[in-house]
Amino acid sequence: MKSITLGQYYSVDSPIHRLDPRVKIVLAILYIVIVFLSANILSMALLLGSAFLLIALAHIPVKLVMKSVKPIVFIIAFTAIINIFWTSGEGDPLIDIGFAQIYKEGIVNAIFLVIRIFVLIIGSSILLTYTTTPISLTDGIERLLSPLKKIGLPVHDFAMIMTIALRFIPTLMEEADKIMSAQKARGADFTNGSLIQRAKALIPILIPLFSSSIRHALDLATAMECRCYRGGEGRTRMKILKCGTADIVAVVLVVAFGAAVVCLNVFFA
Amino acid sequence: MNSDSYIKIENLSISYEEDDGGRTSVLKNISLNIKKGEYLAVLGHNGSGKSTLAKLLNMILEPDSGKIYIDGKEITDPSMTEEDVFELRKKVGMVFQNPDNQLVATIVEDDVAFGPENLGIEPHEIRKRVDDALSAVGMSEYAKGEPARLSGGQKQRIAIAGILAMKPDCMIFDESTAMLDPLGRRDIMDTIEMLNREHGITIIMITHYMDEAARANRIVVLDDGEILMDGAPTQIFEQHEKLKECGLDVPQCVGLVNLLKERGIIIKGECHTPSACADAIVAALNKG
Repeated sequence: MKSITLGQYYSVDSPIHRLDPRVKIVLAILYIVIVFLSANILSMALLLGSAFLLIALAHIPVKLVMKSVKPIVFIIAFTAIINIFWTSGEGDPLIDIGFAQIYKEGIVNAIFLVIRIFVLIIGSSILLTYTTTPISLTDGIERLLSPLKKIGLPVHDFAMIMTIALRFIPTLMEEADKIMSAQKARGADFTNGSLIQRAKALIPILIPLFSSSIRHALDLATAMECRCYRGGEGRTRMKILKCGTADIVAVVLVVAFGAAVVCLNVFFA
Repeated sequence: MNSDSYIKIENLSISYEEDDGGRTSVLKNISLNIKKGEYLAVLGHNGSGKSTLAKLLNMILEPDSGKIYIDGKEITDPSMTEEDVFELRKKVGMVFQNPDNQLVATIVEDDVAFGPENLGIEPHEIRKRVDDALSAVGMSEYAKGEPARLSGGQKQRIAIAGILAMKPDCMIFDESTAMLDPLGRRDIMDTIEMLNREHGITIIMITHYMDEAARANRIVVLDDGEILMDGAPTQIFEQHEKLKECGLDVPQCVGLVNLLKERGIIIKGECHTPSACADAIVAALNKG
């Protein structure tokens, strides 16, 4: 129970790990845009190359990344098949099986789509979840969105809610485990029976868990007040985020990469 | 007003409403003076009102009647503003029972920084305070770790560091050892003693463990919302019959010394801790 890690964060030291979380969020968005800009075979190749370059730069084992892509293989395959059958092109279909036709454009589209989704997932997870702890991610989001405070959005409060939620995941998991053991000791059976029976067996876990999380919340609120918490106003932060040379270099590289993709699109259309 | 008393409680009463509409009083007309730098244990069994007293000192609860002065300022004044409460909590920190419900952040040092951040202190000063507080409680090596991976006693030390980093004058421990194993309890007791001795922090420790109370300079015994006894541990433990009446027992080693006394073996000196007691018995044996 104690060894659970939140999200996918992979703890090593790499140039990407060291980037400012704000920069990483912006770069991830930029990267996603670039992924959708690419439109021909050359820019696709460049995309794939960039994804593997990112993995290498972040010092994350390729195996691990591939494992995280696995759950979405089905979705990728599904969209690819839909694309193959639903894209109609000029000229004769490659295969005609009566109710469906497969065109060359369909296959090309499907391949492009697969590459795009694949690169999208890898790029955004390398830039964000693998290399940034949930806490600094929340921190980065809070600071990026802080201009929105001016129009009255409770940015700080949302970030605080996120932080506390992250903080309490292990605590609540431990508690769920305890409650489950206690119920098992009283003869509860969570593993046998029909789906409905098993769902019903979960009720005696969920209710105590729910009431105890409310208790946690009340206690925590008191403790936070005792530590002089009164919202984001007048609060300072210990850690100041600073954009260093590495961050500027990263931005320049991604922008250059975007430019390269656009050039490839234009000149090799 | 007595100039050297840091906390002054006058005729304090509080009650809570029962489901049937009646009122049950929790504290009855309590008056108490606590000096700056004192190490006070408030002792009592469940329902004696000791935790309520702690919560009143930090404005978590408000009394029905009576006054509390902290550092010369009346905190029970109805004209207290939110700013005043903020100032009060800056001076009087509180450590609660369940360490899990006090930690806010997912990284130890971020959690310790939470209090100073709320106070609006400069970042480099926060950094210094966090490092100092963590080294004071002996948790520096866990600064970058996750609280979820620490033991109960370690988490409680982080919670203490979180309060210490706010540089309070006084710290209240509301049964802060109740959920810990013996090793964790001893760690926290040592930390509390260190805070009092080395940092000059006034300590108010709410507990129902006799052996913990024995380490304080002064013990106040609460029973049924009233102050039953008030004095140095030695004075309190002499009256073991009276303690028994309100459901408390003297520490084991004090009990042993009392038993020996009944048999005519007199052991001199303070015998509140097992090691001190052992030394005293050895000294008595050598003499006899």
